[in-house]
Amino acid sequence: MNSINDCRKPEELIVAGFGGQGVLSLGMTLAYAGMVENKEISWMPSYGPEMRGGTANCIVIISDNKISSPILSQFDSAIVLNQPSMDKFAPRIKPGGLLLYESGNIFKPSIRTDIDIIGIPATTEALKMKNTRTMNMIMLGAYLQLKPVVQNDSILEALAKVLPEKYHHLLPINRQALELGETLARQLKEPVS
Amino acid sequence: MSEFKLMKGNEAMAEAAILAGCDAYFGYPITPQSEVLEYLAREMPKHNRIVMQAESEVASINMVYGAAGAGFRAMTSSSSPGISLMQEGISYIAGAELPCLIVNVNRAGPGLGTIQPGQGDYFQSTKGGGHGDYKMIVLAPASVQEMADFVFLGFDLADKYRNPVLMLSDGAIGQMMEKVQFKPYTRPETDKSSWATTGKPRTRNRNYITSLHILPEKMEIHNLKLEEKFKKIRENEVRLEEMNTADAEYLFVAYGLSARICQKAMDIAREKGIRIGLLRPITLYPYPYRRLLELAGQVKMMLSVELNSGQMVEDVRLAVEGKVPVEFYGRMGGMMPTPEEIVHHLETLIQYHHAN
Repeated sequence: MNSINDCRKPEELIVAGFGGQGVLSLGMTLAYAGMVENKEISWMPSYGPEMRGGTANCIVIISDNKISSPILSQFDSAIVLNQPSMDKFAPRIKPGGLLLYESGNIFKPSIRTDIDIIGIPATTEALKMKNTRTMNMIMLGAYLQLKPVVQNDSILEALAKVLPEKYHHLLPINRQALELGETLARQLKEPVS
Repeated sequence: MSEFKLMKGNEAMAEAAILAGCDAYFGYPITPQSEVLEYLAREMPKHNRIVMQAESEVASINMVYGAAGAGFRAMTSSSSPGISLMQEGISYIAGAELPCLIVNVNRAGPGLGTIQPGQGDYFQSTKGGGHGDYKMIVLAPASVQEMADFVFLGFDLADKYRNPVLMLSDGAIGQMMEKVQFKPYTRPETDKSSWATTGKPRTRNRNYITSLHILPEKMEIHNLKLEEKFKKIRENEVRLEEMNTADAEYLFVAYGLSARICQKAMDIAREKGIRIGLLRPITLYPYPYRRLLELAGQVKMMLSVELNSGQMVEDVRLAVEGKVPVEFYGRMGGMMPTPEEIVHHLETLIQYHHAN
Protein backbone atom coordinates (compact mmCIF):
# COMPACT_ATOMS: atom_id res chain seq x y z
CA MET A 1 0.00 0.00 0.00
CA ASN A 2 1.03 3.56 -0.55
CA SER A 3 1.34 6.01 2.26
CA ILE A 4 -2.24 6.78 2.98
CA ASN A 5 -2.58 9.15 5.84
CA ASP A 6 -0.79 12.26 4.66
CA CYS A 7 -2.99 14.80 6.39
CA ARG A 8 -1.59 17.72 4.39
CA LYS A 9 -3.06 16.34 1.21
CA PRO A 10 -6.79 16.57 0.72
CA GLU A 11 -8.69 13.34 0.12
CA GLU A 12 -10.77 13.47 -3.04
CA LEU A 13 -13.21 10.59 -3.14
CA ILE A 14 -16.07 9.50 -5.34
CA VAL A 15 -18.75 7.10 -4.15
CA ALA A 16 -20.94 5.62 -6.86
CA GLY A 17 -23.57 2.95 -7.32
CA PHE A 18 -27.26 2.35 -7.89
CA GLY A 19 -29.83 4.58 -6.23
CA GLY A 20 -30.87 2.90 -2.97
CA GLN A 21 -27.48 1.36 -2.21
CA GLY A 22 -26.72 4.09 0.28
CA VAL A 23 -24.20 5.96 -1.84
CA LEU A 24 -25.22 9.43 -0.71
CA SER A 25 -25.50 8.55 2.98
CA LEU A 26 -22.10 6.84 2.91
CA GLY A 27 -20.57 10.05 1.57
CA MET A 28 -22.56 12.20 3.96
CA THR A 29 -21.44 10.18 7.00
CA LEU A 30 -17.83 10.63 5.95
CA ALA A 31 -18.30 14.35 5.32
CA TYR A 32 -19.95 14.78 8.69
CA ALA A 33 -17.06 12.98 10.39
CA GLY A 34 -14.68 15.37 8.67
CA MET A 35 -16.64 18.28 10.06
CA VAL A 36 -16.52 16.75 13.56
CA GLU A 37 -12.72 16.93 13.23
CA ASN A 38 -12.84 20.58 12.15
CA LYS A 39 -11.68 19.76 8.67
CA GLU A 40 -12.90 21.43 5.52
CA ILE A 41 -15.39 19.26 3.68
CA SER A 42 -17.61 19.23 0.65
CA TRP A 43 -20.24 16.73 -0.44
CA MET A 44 -21.45 17.12 -3.99
CA PRO A 45 -24.25 14.74 -4.99
CA SER A 46 -25.42 13.84 -8.44
CA TYR A 47 -29.02 15.01 -8.43
CA GLY A 48 -29.68 14.77 -12.13
CA PRO A 49 -31.67 12.38 -14.25
CA GLU A 50 -29.39 9.52 -13.19
CA MET A 51 -30.81 9.83 -9.67
CA ARG A 52 -34.26 9.14 -11.04
CA GLY A 53 -33.76 5.45 -11.59
CA GLY A 54 -30.13 4.80 -12.33
CA THR A 55 -26.71 5.46 -10.93
CA ALA A 56 -26.04 7.86 -8.12
CA ASN A 57 -22.78 9.32 -7.01
CA CYS A 58 -21.30 11.87 -4.67
CA ILE A 59 -17.93 13.53 -4.52
CA VAL A 60 -16.56 13.97 -1.01
CA ILE A 61 -13.53 16.14 -0.33
CA ILE A 62 -11.90 16.25 3.09
CA SER A 63 -9.09 18.72 3.52
CA ASP A 64 -7.12 20.69 6.09
CA ASN A 65 -7.34 23.71 3.80
CA LYS A 66 -10.17 25.56 2.13
CA ILE A 67 -11.65 23.48 -0.68
CA SER A 68 -11.60 24.96 -4.16
CA SER A 69 -13.61 23.04 -6.72
CA PRO A 70 -16.32 20.68 -5.43
CA ILE A 71 -16.45 19.25 -8.97
CA LEU A 72 -13.57 16.99 -9.93
CA SER A 73 -12.60 14.71 -12.77
CA GLN A 74 -9.76 12.84 -11.04
CA PHE A 75 -9.97 11.14 -7.68
CA ASP A 76 -7.62 9.82 -5.01
CA SER A 77 -10.10 7.07 -4.19
CA ALA A 78 -13.31 5.57 -5.46
CA ILE A 79 -15.86 3.39 -3.72
CA VAL A 80 -17.93 1.75 -6.44
CA LEU A 81 -20.97 -0.40 -5.82
CA ASN A 82 -22.05 -1.44 -9.31
CA GLN A 83 -20.58 -2.29 -12.69
CA PRO A 84 -21.51 0.94 -14.52
CA SER A 85 -19.76 2.94 -11.78
CA MET A 86 -16.72 0.70 -12.01
CA ASP A 87 -16.56 1.24 -15.76
CA LYS A 88 -17.07 4.97 -15.45
CA PHE A 89 -14.81 5.87 -12.55
CA ALA A 90 -11.97 3.34 -12.54
CA PRO A 91 -10.17 5.26 -15.34
CA ARG A 92 -10.48 8.48 -13.34
CA ILE A 93 -8.49 7.40 -10.30
CA LYS A 94 -5.10 9.05 -9.94
CA PRO A 95 -2.10 6.73 -10.25
CA GLY A 96 -1.33 5.30 -6.82
CA GLY A 97 -4.95 5.75 -5.78
CA LEU A 98 -7.43 3.35 -4.26
CA LEU A 99 -10.31 1.58 -5.98
CA LEU A 100 -12.59 -0.16 -3.50
CA TYR A 101 -15.44 -2.14 -4.98
CA GLU A 102 -18.36 -4.27 -3.85
CA SER A 103 -17.45 -7.69 -5.23
CA GLY A 104 -20.97 -9.13 -5.13
CA ASN A 105 -22.28 -6.59 -7.62
CA ILE A 106 -19.18 -6.19 -9.77
CA PHE A 107 -17.94 -9.03 -11.87
CA LYS A 108 -15.44 -7.18 -14.03
CA PRO A 109 -13.16 -5.00 -11.94
CA SER A 110 -10.64 -2.70 -13.56
CA ILE A 111 -7.41 -4.24 -14.81
CA ARG A 112 -5.31 -1.18 -14.00
CA THR A 113 -2.01 -2.02 -12.33
CA ASP A 114 -1.07 1.48 -11.14
CA ILE A 115 -3.74 1.67 -8.45
CA ASP A 116 -4.76 -0.49 -5.51
CA ILE A 117 -7.89 -2.46 -6.37
CA ILE A 118 -9.68 -4.13 -3.52
CA GLY A 119 -12.97 -6.01 -3.61
CA ILE A 120 -15.14 -6.39 -0.51
CA PRO A 121 -18.04 -8.89 -0.47
CA ALA A 122 -20.16 -6.41 1.43
CA THR A 123 -23.55 -7.57 0.13
CA THR A 124 -22.90 -11.17 1.20
CA GLU A 125 -21.74 -9.98 4.59
CA ALA A 126 -24.74 -7.69 4.95
CA LEU A 127 -27.01 -10.64 4.17
CA LYS A 128 -25.31 -12.58 6.95
CA MET A 129 -26.14 -9.65 9.25
CA LYS A 130 -29.76 -9.98 8.06
CA ASN A 131 -29.82 -6.36 6.95
CA THR A 132 -28.76 -5.65 3.38
CA ARG A 133 -28.92 -1.93 3.98
CA THR A 134 -25.78 -2.10 6.08
CA MET A 135 -23.82 -2.83 2.90
CA ASN A 136 -22.72 0.80 2.52
CA MET A 137 -21.40 0.95 6.08
CA ILE A 138 -19.38 -2.23 5.53
CA MET A 139 -17.82 -0.51 2.53
CA LEU A 140 -17.19 2.65 4.54
CA GLY A 141 -15.53 0.63 7.31
CA ALA A 142 -13.29 -1.07 4.76
CA TYR A 143 -12.42 2.27 3.17
CA LEU A 144 -11.48 3.82 6.51
CA GLN A 145 -9.28 0.85 7.32
CA LEU A 146 -7.38 1.47 4.08
CA LYS A 147 -7.54 5.28 4.20
CA PRO A 148 -7.96 6.49 7.77
CA VAL A 149 -8.90 10.04 6.75
CA VAL A 150 -11.00 10.44 9.90
CA GLN A 151 -11.01 8.85 13.35
CA ASN A 152 -13.35 6.04 14.30
CA ASP A 153 -15.00 8.12 17.02
CA SER A 154 -15.83 10.83 14.52
CA ILE A 155 -17.56 8.36 12.25
CA LEU A 156 -19.66 7.05 15.13
CA GLU A 157 -20.62 10.58 16.08
CA ALA A 158 -21.41 11.33 12.44
CA LEU A 159 -23.57 8.24 12.11
CA ALA A 160 -25.79 9.41 14.96
CA LYS A 161 -26.22 12.76 13.24
CA VAL A 162 -26.81 11.50 9.72
CA LEU A 163 -29.25 8.78 10.68
CA PRO A 164 -32.65 10.34 11.47
CA GLU A 165 -33.63 9.91 15.10
CA LYS A 166 -36.45 7.49 14.32
CA TYR A 167 -33.80 5.09 12.98
CA HIS A 168 -31.49 5.37 15.95
CA HIS A 169 -32.35 1.82 17.00
CA LEU A 170 -30.30 0.87 13.93
CA LEU A 171 -27.15 2.56 15.23
CA PRO A 172 -25.69 -0.63 16.78
CA ILE A 173 -26.04 -2.66 13.59
CA ASN A 174 -24.47 0.15 11.58
CA ARG A 175 -21.56 0.24 14.03
CA GLN A 176 -21.18 -3.51 13.66
CA ALA A 177 -21.17 -3.12 9.89
CA LEU A 178 -18.41 -0.51 10.08
CA GLU A 179 -16.30 -2.78 12.28
CA LEU A 180 -16.92 -5.73 9.98
CA GLY A 181 -15.76 -3.68 7.00
CA GLU A 182 -12.59 -2.74 8.84
CA THR A 183 -11.91 -6.37 9.67
CA LEU A 184 -12.49 -7.54 6.10
CA ALA A 185 -10.14 -4.89 4.71
CA ARG A 186 -7.51 -5.67 7.34
CA GLN A 187 -7.63 -9.36 6.45
CA LEU A 188 -7.27 -8.58 2.76
CA LYS A 189 -4.36 -6.27 3.41
CA GLU A 190 -2.39 -8.82 5.39
CA PRO A 191 -0.17 -10.96 3.22
CA VAL A 192 -1.25 -14.58 3.01
CA SER A 193 1.33 -16.72 4.81
CA MET B 1 -19.69 31.69 17.87
CA SER B 2 -22.30 29.16 16.95
CA GLU B 3 -21.33 25.67 15.91
CA PHE B 4 -20.84 24.41 12.39
CA LYS B 5 -23.60 22.54 10.65
CA LEU B 6 -23.48 20.31 7.60
CA MET B 7 -26.12 21.56 5.20
CA LYS B 8 -27.07 21.83 1.57
CA GLY B 9 -26.85 25.30 0.10
CA ASN B 10 -30.62 25.37 -0.27
CA GLU B 11 -31.18 24.38 3.36
CA ALA B 12 -28.62 26.89 4.63
CA MET B 13 -30.39 29.60 2.66
CA ALA B 14 -33.74 28.58 4.14
CA GLU B 15 -32.42 28.51 7.71
CA ALA B 16 -30.81 31.91 7.15
CA ALA B 17 -34.17 33.29 6.00
CA ILE B 18 -35.68 32.31 9.35
CA LEU B 19 -32.77 33.80 11.30
CA ALA B 20 -32.92 36.98 9.22
CA GLY B 21 -36.50 37.50 10.32
CA CYS B 22 -38.17 36.69 7.03
CA ASP B 23 -41.89 37.12 7.75
CA ALA B 24 -43.24 35.42 4.67
CA TYR B 25 -42.04 33.00 2.02
CA PHE B 26 -44.00 32.24 -1.13
CA GLY B 27 -42.81 29.61 -3.55
CA TYR B 28 -43.54 26.84 -5.96
CA PRO B 29 -41.41 23.68 -6.08
CA ILE B 30 -38.84 23.23 -8.81
CA THR B 31 -35.60 21.24 -8.98
CA PRO B 32 -32.87 22.06 -7.97
CA GLN B 33 -34.24 24.24 -5.18
CA SER B 34 -37.27 22.35 -3.84
CA GLU B 35 -35.49 21.88 -0.48
CA VAL B 36 -36.15 25.55 0.29
CA LEU B 37 -39.92 25.19 0.29
CA GLU B 38 -39.69 21.81 2.06
CA TYR B 39 -37.47 23.24 4.78
CA LEU B 40 -39.48 26.40 5.31
CA ALA B 41 -42.83 24.60 5.21
CA ARG B 42 -41.53 22.51 8.10
CA GLU B 43 -39.75 25.21 10.11
CA MET B 44 -41.48 28.56 9.49
CA PRO B 45 -44.76 27.71 11.27
CA LYS B 46 -42.74 26.99 14.45
CA HIS B 47 -41.73 30.65 14.36
CA ASN B 48 -45.21 31.91 13.49
CA ARG B 49 -44.15 32.98 10.05
CA ILE B 50 -46.03 32.60 6.80
CA VAL B 51 -45.17 29.96 4.20
CA MET B 52 -47.35 29.44 1.21
CA GLN B 53 -47.07 27.18 -1.78
CA ALA B 54 -48.54 29.36 -4.47
CA GLU B 55 -50.33 28.05 -7.54
CA SER B 56 -47.49 29.24 -9.76
CA GLU B 57 -44.39 31.40 -9.74
CA VAL B 58 -46.47 34.26 -11.14
CA ALA B 59 -48.55 34.08 -7.98
CA SER B 60 -45.49 33.70 -5.72
CA ILE B 61 -43.86 36.90 -6.86
CA ASN B 62 -47.11 38.85 -6.63
CA MET B 63 -47.63 37.56 -3.10
CA VAL B 64 -44.13 38.83 -2.35
CA TYR B 65 -45.18 42.16 -3.87
CA GLY B 66 -48.15 42.32 -1.53
CA ALA B 67 -46.29 41.25 1.60
CA ALA B 68 -43.39 43.62 0.91
CA GLY B 69 -45.86 46.44 0.29
CA ALA B 70 -47.36 45.80 3.72
CA GLY B 71 -43.90 46.24 5.22
CA PHE B 72 -42.99 42.61 5.80
CA ARG B 73 -39.71 40.88 5.05
CA ALA B 74 -40.77 38.74 2.11
CA MET B 75 -38.95 36.27 -0.03
CA THR B 76 -39.35 33.80 -2.85
CA SER B 77 -37.03 31.34 -4.51
CA SER B 78 -37.13 29.29 -7.66
CA SER B 79 -34.99 28.01 -10.48
CA SER B 80 -34.60 29.42 -13.96
CA PRO B 81 -37.94 28.61 -15.66
CA GLY B 82 -39.79 29.77 -12.55
CA ILE B 83 -37.74 32.97 -12.36
CA SER B 84 -38.65 33.70 -15.97
CA LEU B 85 -42.32 33.58 -14.98
CA MET B 86 -41.62 36.12 -12.22
CA GLN B 87 -40.11 38.81 -14.41
CA GLU B 88 -43.26 40.91 -14.72
CA GLY B 89 -43.73 40.93 -10.97
CA ILE B 90 -40.09 41.81 -10.37
CA SER B 91 -40.42 44.81 -12.68
CA TYR B 92 -43.50 45.95 -10.74
CA ILE B 93 -41.72 45.50 -7.40
CA ALA B 94 -38.72 47.49 -8.65
CA GLY B 95 -41.05 50.16 -10.02
CA ALA B 96 -42.94 50.35 -6.74
CA GLU B 97 -39.62 50.44 -4.85
CA LEU B 98 -40.28 47.55 -2.52
CA PRO B 99 -37.64 45.56 -0.66
CA CYS B 100 -37.61 41.78 -1.09
CA LEU B 101 -35.29 38.87 -1.65
CA ILE B 102 -35.52 36.62 -4.68
CA VAL B 103 -33.31 33.56 -5.03
CA ASN B 104 -32.58 31.90 -8.35
CA VAL B 105 -30.89 28.50 -8.12
CA ASN B 106 -29.88 28.60 -11.76
CA ARG B 107 -30.33 25.49 -13.91
CA ALA B 108 -29.43 25.10 -17.56
CA GLY B 109 -31.79 26.42 -20.23
CA PRO B 110 -33.31 27.71 -22.41
CA GLY B 111 -36.84 26.49 -21.87
CA LEU B 112 -37.23 23.71 -19.35
CA GLY B 113 -33.66 22.77 -20.24
CA THR B 114 -32.26 20.44 -17.62
CA ILE B 115 -32.12 20.33 -13.84
CA GLN B 116 -28.32 20.46 -13.80
CA PRO B 117 -26.42 23.65 -12.88
CA GLY B 118 -26.09 26.56 -15.26
CA GLN B 119 -25.24 30.26 -15.34
CA GLY B 120 -27.33 31.12 -18.36
CA ASP B 121 -29.47 33.57 -16.39
CA TYR B 122 -26.70 36.17 -16.06
CA PHE B 123 -28.20 38.51 -18.64
CA GLN B 124 -31.70 38.10 -17.21
CA SER B 125 -30.43 38.86 -13.72
CA THR B 126 -28.16 41.80 -14.44
CA LYS B 127 -29.55 43.48 -17.53
CA GLY B 128 -33.22 43.69 -16.71
CA GLY B 129 -35.18 40.51 -17.27
CA GLY B 130 -38.47 42.30 -16.84
CA HIS B 131 -39.49 45.44 -18.70
CA GLY B 132 -38.48 49.01 -18.09
CA ASP B 133 -35.47 50.73 -16.57
CA TYR B 134 -34.70 48.95 -13.35
CA LYS B 135 -31.86 47.09 -11.71
CA MET B 136 -31.69 44.50 -8.98
CA ILE B 137 -28.72 44.11 -6.68
CA VAL B 138 -27.42 40.69 -7.69
CA LEU B 139 -25.40 38.60 -5.22
CA ALA B 140 -23.57 35.50 -6.45
CA PRO B 141 -22.68 32.99 -3.71
CA ALA B 142 -19.87 30.50 -4.31
CA SER B 143 -20.28 28.36 -1.20
CA VAL B 144 -22.90 27.04 1.18
CA GLN B 145 -21.69 29.58 3.73
CA GLU B 146 -22.36 32.40 1.28
CA MET B 147 -25.79 30.97 0.46
CA ALA B 148 -26.55 31.67 4.12
CA ASP B 149 -24.64 34.94 4.52
CA PHE B 150 -26.15 36.56 1.45
CA VAL B 151 -29.68 36.08 2.77
CA PHE B 152 -28.90 38.47 5.64
CA LEU B 153 -26.97 40.81 3.36
CA GLY B 154 -29.65 40.59 0.69
CA PHE B 155 -32.51 41.51 3.02
CA ASP B 156 -30.50 44.37 4.51
CA LEU B 157 -29.55 45.79 1.12
CA ALA B 158 -33.15 45.45 -0.04
CA ASP B 159 -34.33 47.47 2.94
CA LYS B 160 -31.54 50.01 2.59
CA TYR B 161 -32.37 50.82 -1.03
CA ARG B 162 -36.03 49.78 -1.14
CA ASN B 163 -35.17 47.59 -4.08
CA PRO B 164 -35.48 43.89 -4.92
CA VAL B 165 -32.29 41.90 -4.34
CA LEU B 166 -31.57 38.74 -6.29
CA MET B 167 -29.32 35.98 -5.07
CA LEU B 168 -28.11 34.19 -8.18
CA SER B 169 -26.91 30.75 -7.18
CA ASP B 170 -26.80 27.55 -9.19
CA GLY B 171 -27.83 23.93 -8.91
CA ALA B 172 -24.45 22.76 -7.65
CA ILE B 173 -24.09 25.33 -4.86
CA GLY B 174 -27.73 24.70 -3.93
CA GLN B 175 -27.37 20.92 -3.79
CA MET B 176 -23.91 20.50 -2.31
CA MET B 177 -23.23 20.16 1.39
CA GLU B 178 -20.52 22.07 3.17
CA LYS B 179 -20.14 23.21 6.71
CA VAL B 180 -21.91 26.41 7.54
CA GLN B 181 -21.99 28.67 10.54
CA PHE B 182 -24.79 31.08 11.31
CA LYS B 183 -23.21 34.21 12.67
CA PRO B 184 -25.04 36.37 15.19
CA TYR B 185 -27.18 38.85 13.27
CA THR B 186 -28.56 42.21 14.28
CA ARG B 187 -31.18 43.54 11.98
CA PRO B 188 -30.60 47.20 11.10
CA GLU B 189 -33.37 49.57 12.14
CA THR B 190 -35.53 50.48 9.17
CA ASP B 191 -38.48 52.81 9.31
CA LYS B 192 -41.09 51.74 6.79
CA SER B 193 -43.87 53.94 8.17
CA SER B 194 -43.58 56.52 5.38
CA TRP B 195 -44.50 54.06 2.65
CA ALA B 196 -45.73 50.67 3.92
CA THR B 197 -49.47 50.02 3.74
CA THR B 198 -49.98 49.03 7.34
CA GLY B 199 -53.37 50.62 7.90
CA LYS B 200 -53.90 54.36 7.87
CA PRO B 201 -54.05 56.19 11.17
CA ARG B 202 -55.65 59.65 11.34
CA THR B 203 -52.24 61.18 11.93
CA ARG B 204 -50.86 60.69 8.44
CA ASN B 205 -51.80 60.64 4.80
CA ARG B 206 -52.53 57.50 2.89
CA ASN B 207 -49.51 55.36 1.92
CA TYR B 208 -49.96 54.34 -1.66
CA ILE B 209 -47.93 51.68 -3.46
CA THR B 210 -47.95 51.67 -7.22
CA SER B 211 -45.71 51.34 -10.22
CA LEU B 212 -48.12 53.34 -12.35
CA HIS B 213 -47.39 57.02 -13.02
CA ILE B 214 -49.56 57.75 -16.00
CA LEU B 215 -48.36 61.33 -16.60
CA PRO B 216 -45.08 61.18 -18.54
CA GLU B 217 -43.70 64.16 -16.61
CA LYS B 218 -44.28 62.35 -13.33
CA MET B 219 -43.02 59.04 -14.68
CA GLU B 220 -39.76 60.61 -15.79
CA ILE B 221 -39.25 62.12 -12.37
CA HIS B 222 -39.79 58.66 -10.91
CA ASN B 223 -37.31 57.19 -13.44
CA LEU B 224 -34.71 59.79 -12.51
CA LYS B 225 -35.18 59.03 -8.84
CA LEU B 226 -34.65 55.34 -9.54
CA GLU B 227 -31.54 56.10 -11.61
CA GLU B 228 -30.17 58.16 -8.72
CA LYS B 229 -30.65 55.13 -6.49
CA PHE B 230 -28.95 52.75 -8.93
CA LYS B 231 -26.03 55.19 -9.15
CA LYS B 232 -25.70 55.13 -5.37
CA ILE B 233 -25.77 51.32 -5.48
CA ARG B 234 -23.02 51.28 -8.13
CA GLU B 235 -20.90 53.60 -6.00
CA ASN B 236 -21.33 51.80 -2.71
CA GLU B 237 -22.15 48.15 -3.13
CA VAL B 238 -19.54 46.58 -5.42
CA ARG B 239 -18.22 43.42 -3.82
CA LEU B 240 -15.56 41.09 -5.12
CA GLU B 241 -12.92 38.60 -4.07
CA GLU B 242 -9.40 38.44 -5.46
CA MET B 243 -6.99 35.54 -5.27
CA ASN B 244 -3.37 35.61 -6.38
CA THR B 245 -3.79 38.87 -8.28
CA ALA B 246 -0.70 40.57 -6.81
CA ASP B 247 1.75 38.94 -9.22
CA ALA B 248 -0.74 37.78 -11.86
CA GLU B 249 0.14 37.86 -15.54
CA TYR B 250 -3.20 36.33 -16.46
CA LEU B 251 -6.59 36.55 -14.83
CA PHE B 252 -9.59 34.26 -14.49
CA VAL B 253 -12.87 36.10 -14.07
CA ALA B 254 -15.61 33.82 -12.77
CA TYR B 255 -18.50 33.83 -10.32
CA GLY B 256 -20.35 31.20 -8.29
CA LEU B 257 -19.53 27.58 -9.03
CA SER B 258 -17.29 28.57 -11.96
CA ALA B 259 -15.13 30.56 -9.56
CA ARG B 260 -14.71 27.48 -7.38
CA ILE B 261 -13.66 25.36 -10.37
CA CYS B 262 -11.30 28.15 -11.49
CA GLN B 263 -9.62 28.16 -8.05
CA LYS B 264 -8.58 24.58 -8.63
CA ALA B 265 -7.57 25.39 -12.22
CA MET B 266 -5.50 28.27 -10.83
CA ASP B 267 -3.67 25.93 -8.44
CA ILE B 268 -2.89 23.51 -11.27
CA ALA B 269 -1.76 26.32 -13.61
CA ARG B 270 0.45 27.89 -10.95
CA GLU B 271 2.14 24.52 -10.37
CA LYS B 272 2.96 24.64 -14.07
CA GLY B 273 4.49 28.08 -13.64
CA ILE B 274 1.62 30.11 -15.11
CA ARG B 275 1.11 33.17 -12.95
CA ILE B 276 -2.66 33.41 -13.00
CA GLY B 277 -5.01 35.06 -10.52
CA LEU B 278 -8.75 35.05 -10.03
CA LEU B 279 -11.24 37.86 -9.71
CA ARG B 280 -14.60 36.67 -8.43
CA PRO B 281 -17.39 39.22 -8.69
CA ILE B 282 -19.61 38.76 -5.64
CA THR B 283 -22.05 41.41 -6.83
CA LEU B 284 -22.93 40.88 -10.49
CA TYR B 285 -24.86 44.12 -10.26
CA PRO B 286 -23.18 46.42 -9.47
CA TYR B 287 -20.30 44.93 -11.46
CA PRO B 288 -16.64 45.46 -10.49
CA TYR B 289 -15.78 47.35 -13.69
CA ARG B 290 -13.28 49.67 -12.00
CA ARG B 291 -11.11 46.95 -10.47
CA LEU B 292 -11.04 45.02 -13.74
CA LEU B 293 -9.89 48.15 -15.56
CA GLU B 294 -7.05 48.53 -13.05
CA LEU B 295 -6.05 44.90 -13.54
CA ALA B 296 -6.18 45.40 -17.33
CA GLY B 297 -3.05 47.53 -16.88
CA GLN B 298 -1.30 44.62 -15.19
CA VAL B 299 -2.27 41.33 -16.86
CA LYS B 300 -1.72 40.12 -20.43
CA MET B 301 -5.07 38.40 -20.86
CA MET B 302 -8.32 37.77 -19.01
CA LEU B 303 -10.34 34.58 -19.32
CA SER B 304 -13.99 34.58 -18.31
CA VAL B 305 -15.21 31.09 -17.38
CA GLU B 306 -18.96 30.58 -17.23
CA LEU B 307 -21.62 27.87 -17.42
CA ASN B 308 -23.19 29.49 -20.46
CA SER B 309 -22.37 30.59 -24.00
CA GLY B 310 -20.58 33.77 -22.91
CA GLN B 311 -22.63 36.34 -21.00
CA MET B 312 -20.56 37.91 -18.20
CA VAL B 313 -17.62 38.10 -20.63
CA GLU B 314 -19.41 41.09 -22.20
CA ASP B 315 -19.11 42.98 -18.91
CA VAL B 316 -15.44 42.04 -18.63
CA ARG B 317 -14.88 43.41 -22.14
CA LEU B 318 -16.78 46.57 -21.24
CA ALA B 319 -14.65 46.95 -18.14
CA VAL B 320 -11.21 46.70 -19.74
CA GLU B 321 -11.92 49.21 -22.54
CA GLY B 322 -9.96 47.19 -25.08
CA LYS B 323 -6.72 47.44 -23.11
CA VAL B 324 -6.23 43.68 -22.85
CA PRO B 325 -7.56 40.62 -24.71
CA VAL B 326 -10.60 39.08 -23.01
CA GLU B 327 -11.28 35.43 -23.81
CA PHE B 328 -14.13 33.13 -22.88
CA TYR B 329 -14.51 29.49 -21.98
CA GLY B 330 -17.78 27.88 -21.06
CA ARG B 331 -19.85 24.73 -20.95
CA MET B 332 -23.60 24.55 -21.33
CA GLY B 333 -26.53 22.21 -20.91
CA GLY B 334 -25.74 21.40 -17.28
CA MET B 335 -22.24 20.18 -18.15
CA MET B 336 -19.45 21.52 -15.97
CA PRO B 337 -15.88 22.08 -17.06
CA THR B 338 -13.19 20.23 -15.12
CA PRO B 339 -10.25 22.22 -13.73
CA GLU B 340 -7.92 20.34 -16.09
CA GLU B 341 -10.07 21.26 -19.07
CA ILE B 342 -9.89 24.95 -18.13
CA VAL B 343 -6.11 24.82 -17.73
CA HIS B 344 -5.78 23.16 -21.11
CA HIS B 345 -7.83 25.94 -22.70
CA LEU B 346 -5.80 28.56 -20.85
CA GLU B 347 -2.52 27.11 -22.12
CA THR B 348 -3.82 27.10 -25.70
CA LEU B 349 -4.85 30.74 -25.40
CA ILE B 350 -1.53 31.78 -23.89
CA GLN B 351 0.30 30.12 -26.80
CA TYR B 352 -2.02 31.80 -29.29
CA HIS B 353 -1.54 35.27 -27.81
CA HIS B 354 2.20 34.71 -27.48
CA ALA B 355 2.44 33.81 -31.18
CA ASN B 356 0.35 36.82 -32.24
